[in-house]
Amino acid sequence: MSFLFIRGLSKSFGGPPVVDAVSLEVEHGEFFALLGPSGCGKTTLLRMIAGFETPDSGTIVMDGETMNQVPPHLRPTNMVFQSYAIFPHLNVFDNIAYGLRKLKLPKPALRTKIEAMLATVRLEGLESRTADQLSGGQRQRVALARALVREPKLLLLDEPLGALDKRLREAMQVELRAIQRKVGITFLLVTHDQEEALSLSDRVAVMGHGKILQVAPPRTLYERPNCREVADFIGEINFFHATVRQIADAGVAVNAGILGLLTLPRPNLADGIREGDHILLAIRPEHVGFADAGIAGEIGAATFLGERNHFQVQIAGRREPVAVSAAAAPAGQAVHLAFPPECLIGLPSE
Amino acid sequence: MKSLRLYALAYLAFLYLPVLVLPVFSFNNSEFIAFPLSGFTIRWYQGLAADTAMQHALGNSLKVGFATALLSTMLGLAAARAVTRYRLKGAGAALGFISLPLFIPDIVLALSLMLLLGAGGLPLSLAAVVLGHLLICVPFALTVLIARFEGFDRNLEEASADLGEDPLMTFWRVTFPLMLPGIVASLLLTFITSFDEFLLAFFLSGTEATLPVYIWGQLRFPERLPMVLALGALILTASVALVILAEYVRNLGAQKTTVGA
Repeated sequence: MSFLFIRGLSKSFGGPPVVDAVSLEVEHGEFFALLGPSGCGKTTLLRMIAGFETPDSGTIVMDGETMNQVPPHLRPTNMVFQSYAIFPHLNVFDNIAYGLRKLKLPKPALRTKIEAMLATVRLEGLESRTADQLSGGQRQRVALARALVREPKLLLLDEPLGALDKRLREAMQVELRAIQRKVGITFLLVTHDQEEALSLSDRVAVMGHGKILQVAPPRTLYERPNCREVADFIGEINFFHATVRQIADAGVAVNAGILGLLTLPRPNLADGIREGDHILLAIRPEHVGFADAGIAGEIGAATFLGERNHFQVQIAGRREPVAVSAAAAPAGQAVHLAFPPECLIGLPSE
Repeated sequence: MKSLRLYALAYLAFLYLPVLVLPVFSFNNSEFIAFPLSGFTIRWYQGLAADTAMQHALGNSLKVGFATALLSTMLGLAAARAVTRYRLKGAGAALGFISLPLFIPDIVLALSLMLLLGAGGLPLSLAAVVLGHLLICVPFALTVLIARFEGFDRNLEEASADLGEDPLMTFWRVTFPLMLPGIVASLLLTFITSFDEFLLAFFLSGTEATLPVYIWGQLRFPERLPMVLALGALILTASVALVILAEYVRNLGAQKTTVGA
C-alpha cells in the first residue's frame, strides 16, 4: 500500500462540500503537490491530513495505520504553516527545539541536533534571534527546521513560499527540493502557484471545486491534461471547438471547424470520449507555428520576452486571438499558422 | 477656543482636585476638614495602624478581591477561549447574557441576590460577596481576554499540537505565556472592581464588612474622618502603583507578541 492512502474523503462546513470524495495515494519519499486556485479545498484537505479538521466521511491511512481518530499531536506528520506560526515568545533555538521536549535529550545532544538542523536550513548563528528579528525567508526556514527536526514521516507544507517575494521564492524552491532529497522525507505541498508545483514535485494533483481533477507527473500534466480546467490552470493554452468523426487505433478523425479536418494520434484523445462527441481541441502556444501556408491570420499584438516571444494572432471565424509563442514572427502583419495534429489534445467539452 | 480651554481646565480641576484634597488633609493636624491647614501630622496614619477593625475590613476586602479576581479570570479565560477558538452555536447570545449584569442596576442585583441567597440557605457572608462580584467581574475579564485571544494567530496553538504537545501542554507552553499580559490585566481590573465595590458588598456581607462598607460606617463619627482620608490616600497610592504596573506588563507583552500573526 502507498505511504499515504486517502479514500473518499469529504468535508463541508455547513454548506456545499469543500472537499468532495477525494481519493489520493502518495508514495514514500515522494514530493507531491496539491495544486489549485484558492477556495478549491486543498488547504482543508491538508488540514484533515494533519488532524486539525475532522472529515465528514472517508479514511486517511498513513503507513498502514488509520488516522481518522488520531489527534494531531500523535500523528507522524509535521506542518509548515502559511503564516509560519513561529512562537513569538521563543527565540529561534527554542522554536526549533519545541517539538523535541519528549525526547528528553541532554543539553549538549540537543544543541548538536539543533545546530545540525540550523546548518541544513542555512540559519547558522541566528539561534538567539526572535521572530520579529527575522526576515520572511528566515522565518520560513525556522518553520521548516522546526518541523524537520522531528523527523516526521510526512511533511505538510501549506503555501510555504506564498509570502516571499519572487526572487527569494525561486531561491527557496531550489533549496526546498535539495532539502527534500537530503532528508528523504515525503513532502506534501499545497500551492496555487502552478510554476512552483511543476518545478518542485514528482507528481501533482490538480484540484478544483473540492475534487481531484488529475494526478500526474508535471510533464504529463502539461502535455496531456485530461480536462479543460487542468489545461487552463497549467500554463497558457488555445481551445478550438471540434467534433469527433471516427476513433480508430491509427488515429482520431475530427472536424475542427476553422482548422479543417484533422487526424490526431489516438493517445491525444482524453478518456471517455466517443464518436460524435463535441470536444475541445487544445494546443499550447509554443506548438502553434508560423508557416508559409495554413490558416491565414494577422498579428494583433506582440510581446517580446527574449528568447521566445509572445504573439496574439487574429484568425477568421474566431473572436479570441490565438496565442503563439515563437522565436520570431515573419515580416509583415499577415501570417499563416500551422497546427501540428500531434500537438493537439482532444478534451471533453465540460 | 478660549472658552473650550477654560472648560477643559475646569473639568480637570473637578476631576482631580478632590482626589488631591485626600492626601493633603490626611496630613493636616486638625479634626476639621477646612482651610487654612493647621500643621503637619502623621497621627492619622498612626491611628490607622492601631485600628484593628479597619485592618480586619481591609483583610476582608483583600480576600474577596483576590478570590474574585482569580475566579473571574479563570472563568473568563475558559469562556474567551471557547468563543474565539471554536465555531459555537449561540456564542453571541451567551456573550450577551454574560455581559447583561453590567446593565442591570447594582441595587437590583444586590437586592435580588440577597433575597435569593437567603431563600437558598446560603448565609450572608464574604463568599456571598464573591459570588455577587463574579457577576460584575466576569464580563470585564471576558472583554479583556477575548481581545487578547483575537490578537494572536490560532495557528500558534495548532503548531504546538503539530509538534507533539497535547492540549494541556499547548496551553501551558503557548497559550498561557502569550495570554499572560491579558491575564495580568484581567486580574488587576477585576481585583480593583471588586475591591471598591460597595452596593453588593453592603447587601451581601452580613456581619463581615469589607473596606468600603467599613468606611461608610465610619462616616457617622466626624472625629474619625481624617483617618478615613488617610486610608483613602493609601488606597489611592496603591491603585496608582497597580495601574502603572499593569501598563508596564501590557507594554512588555505588546512588544513581544506583535509578530504573532
